[in-house]
Amino acid sequence: MDKIIITVVGKDTVGIIAKVCTYLSENNINILDISQTIVSGYFNMMMIADMNGTGLKFGQICDDLDAIGEKIGVSIKCQKEEIFDSMHRI
Amino acid sequence: MINQFEVIETNKMIEEENLDVRTITMGISLLDCVDADLDACCRKIHDKIYSSAKDLVKTGEEISREYGIPIVNKRISVTPIAIVGAACCKSSDDFVKIARTLDGVAKEVGVNFLGGFSALVSKNMTPADELLLRAIPKALATTDFVCSSVNLGSTRTGINMDAVRLMGQVIRETAELTKEKDSLGCAKLVVFCNAPDDNPFMAGAFHGVTEGDRIINVGVSGPGVVKKALEQVRGESFEVLCETIKKTAFKVTRVGQLVAKEASRMLGVDFGIVDLSLAPTPAIGDSVADILCEIGLEYAGAPGTTAALALLNDQVKKGGVMASSYVGGLSGAFIPVSEDQGMINAVEAGALTLEKLEAMTCVCSVGLDMIAIPGDTSAATISGIIADEMAIGMVNAKTTAVRVIPVIGKSVGEVVEFGGLLGYAPIMPVNGFSCENFISRTGRIPAPIHSFKN
Repeated sequence: MDKIIITVVGKDTVGIIAKVCTYLSENNINILDISQTIVSGYFNMMMIADMNGTGLKFGQICDDLDAIGEKIGVSIKCQKEEIFDSMHRI
Repeated sequence: MINQFEVIETNKMIEEENLDVRTITMGISLLDCVDADLDACCRKIHDKIYSSAKDLVKTGEEISREYGIPIVNKRISVTPIAIVGAACCKSSDDFVKIARTLDGVAKEVGVNFLGGFSALVSKNMTPADELLLRAIPKALATTDFVCSSVNLGSTRTGINMDAVRLMGQVIRETAELTKEKDSLGCAKLVVFCNAPDDNPFMAGAFHGVTEGDRIINVGVSGPGVVKKALEQVRGESFEVLCETIKKTAFKVTRVGQLVAKEASRMLGVDFGIVDLSLAPTPAIGDSVADILCEIGLEYAGAPGTTAALALLNDQVKKGGVMASSYVGGLSGAFIPVSEDQGMINAVEAGALTLEKLEAMTCVCSVGLDMIAIPGDTSAATISGIIADEMAIGMVNAKTTAVRVIPVIGKSVGEVVEFGGLLGYAPIMPVNGFSCENFISRTGRIPAPIHSFKN
């Protein structure tokens, strides 16, 4: 498995998850886990996904998600899972 | 599985608290570039560095993108040039030619500093060592990215006072030759006692002769992260304080370890060490002095500073050691003046003096670092400052260093601007009494006794 962590932060609006999920499904990236909170109107979402099945390069996914984020006015960040694993797991 | 809070914590460290990997430094051995012909030697040096490091910057950027963490610097360290050039350099100008070769190839591969225009003279100097030392002013004045370091003493050998005397003159001359740029050349020159072979940080990085052909060393950072964590434990006991620093240092170092392993895999070069140093930058919120204030001091330099720094330095090591499979380099808290806004504030408030900084260097890495002193400070006085710092390192079996900048044409009260990561600094007063007769003695200070420790 080739896990990536996608985080979305920004002002809440209709269809944020839908847009991200549509992109992922179109590119055969499987979502393993989603969690989401809204703190004082700010949307905060984390998604764990597996990019094993996609033909896209990691950098391409970052660029595409960046563009989607810009369109809907939120910040979308995409990182490989290892940085969180190494920092928070022994 | 990773949860949302952990992800938010990590990203907050990166986005708000200046967590970054300060440097990926590739160490490259130039021992196989030795040649009796200077041009051939330069050509070999160029080709070896270019072929080894051509993908270094690209790889650093790729890793940075994958993990979403900034990797601020990509650098190179090489075998001390005094050794590499000993066979072909018959004059100081020959060594300057090698420095220019190094500068050229550093620019070609896109790194921002290359360290190793160095000599290891802790006991004595060969003719080549002396030629290199005398070449330093011109080499630093005519190159942009080359850094120079000289090891002047060690716990096992004592202090080479002939070299200490010479380096006082070399520092002054470097300041003179770069006076148009506020004596910036001296910011690229550091002298050591007990210099480590695998330091990834500039200006003191060189690739030791006991190292392999090529190696990847990584320097982490994160004073801002430690400061933020300590804000949560104000007024708590020392136990809580120390635990908080340790845990934070662990997390920061794990990122360094990950980046080091990944860089090593992608470049096909062995992983060397992670250097656990807390390295500040002039950016607001990225200051070691601010941590000392958070521990409970009004300004760095107030009574209690040395104790607070000792505690900080030790806890950073304790947290970091478990986070990495190999720890090395300098590993500790850096206390440069110009590169740390909190230190600058302390100097401007009159809380921090050169003498207090010297006391602080007894308990942390590295030494008197990035300190601007009046331009009329004599070579003998600079040598005296160096000798004091070398003595601290020698007796306490630790690395100490001096990187002072006599700013030609400026005096106490004025400010010097270096720009970028090097920051700016108020010029600090230096004790004006003479040490001329002490420094003009020849020979070396014998190594200290290794028993009867007290």
